[in-house]
Amino acid sequence: MTSGTKSRMIEEMKLQSGQDPSCCYQCAKCSAACPVTAAMDLLPHQVIRYLQLGLEEELLESRTPWICASCFTCAARCPRDLDLARMMEGVRLAILRRREGNKFGPADLTPEQLAKLPQQALVSGFRKYNK
Amino acid sequence: MRYRYFPGCTLKGQAKIMEETTMAAAEALGIELQELSDWQCCGAVFPLYEDELITLLSPVRTLAAAEGEPLVSLCAACHHVLKRAQELMQRSEDARSKVTDFLEVEYSGEGRVLHFLEVLRDDLGFKKLAEMVKKPLAGRKMAAYYGCLLLRPAKVMQFDDPENPTIMEDFLKALGAEVVKTPYRTECCGAYLSVTEEKVARDTVSKIIDSARSAGAEGLITACPLCHYNLENCAADNAGKPVEILYFSELLAEALGLTVRAGSAEEKTGEVPSQ
Repeated sequence: MTSGTKSRMIEEMKLQSGQDPSCCYQCAKCSAACPVTAAMDLLPHQVIRYLQLGLEEELLESRTPWICASCFTCAARCPRDLDLARMMEGVRLAILRRREGNKFGPADLTPEQLAKLPQQALVSGFRKYNK
Repeated sequence: MRYRYFPGCTLKGQAKIMEETTMAAAEALGIELQELSDWQCCGAVFPLYEDELITLLSPVRTLAAAEGEPLVSLCAACHHVLKRAQELMQRSEDARSKVTDFLEVEYSGEGRVLHFLEVLRDDLGFKKLAEMVKKPLAGRKMAAYYGCLLLRPAKVMQFDDPENPTIMEDFLKALGAEVVKTPYRTECCGAYLSVTEEKVARDTVSKIIDSARSAGAEGLITACPLCHYNLENCAADNAGKPVEILYFSELLAEALGLTVRAGSAEEKTGEVPSQ
């Protein structure tokens, strides 16, 4: 647990995403709106709660940021005008930049996928999962 | 009506049919789409972190290449990236000066950035379009699938009401089709999760397809090559009537009485675009 300590990652995230998690009052509209919560271990509003509490390690271990597809529905429904997609991006980037490096690359694709996938999927997928 | 046109890579590859049908339709409608002479991939995703400036280089280069003229694209992802990059260039002096200095171009956020559907709605007008239809799609039960990128974030995209959009339904009506509304029309299809987390995409796509089928739709239209791929390839093995997945422009060309063969544009010009 890193609760209570000031997390460098979270401070950087506030700066680079322009989002302040402390504005969130936990109404959980984002979690109600998200179409992929079934595959998440932390619900979207819980991610913001963890950010509020400074639970950096727990966030970096979570599956949720990799399930988020940046569909922006959470931000569209937020009554506090917070953009959770940007905060999720912050958690992903923290992992990619500091910890594990690339998450997914061309070698992970089957020849069938490479033949069929639209170029847009390949470029966006690599952009989201690689640095 | 003349526009600069940015195709994007997928329209020269997997989504060639969207470009070919649009080009044929645009010509019939008197809309000139002038392809940018030297373009590159839009980057496919808009950077959500302020320091990810390198991802902005390619869309800003494209925006500057339009020289202030209205810039049209067809792919929902390209349009999303270009529109958001433009908004950032207008809003952030810091990002603008760093990106334009690096690219050595002048650009400060000018020019209209349009999706082709907006050209049809706002510049041509759906009323005029309906008058130009030669073979109305009478009795065809079609549903619109918007997905995410054209609609959200609504403040920037300004495409339509993000919760209750009508542009694609109005487009279908203009073509004479019978419009079927489906509850999942603005929900995400799973995007690139079909590459890394296929099960998640199967769940989201199955909801979209099943809801369209139970609403009686025989087809879904989209403007996004990735949505098209997911809707075609990630639906659960469901029994029942198949739901045809089409680009909006395929129905447009059909209603205008045009026959477009896959690969015809390439045969015509004999050119492959520089990448």
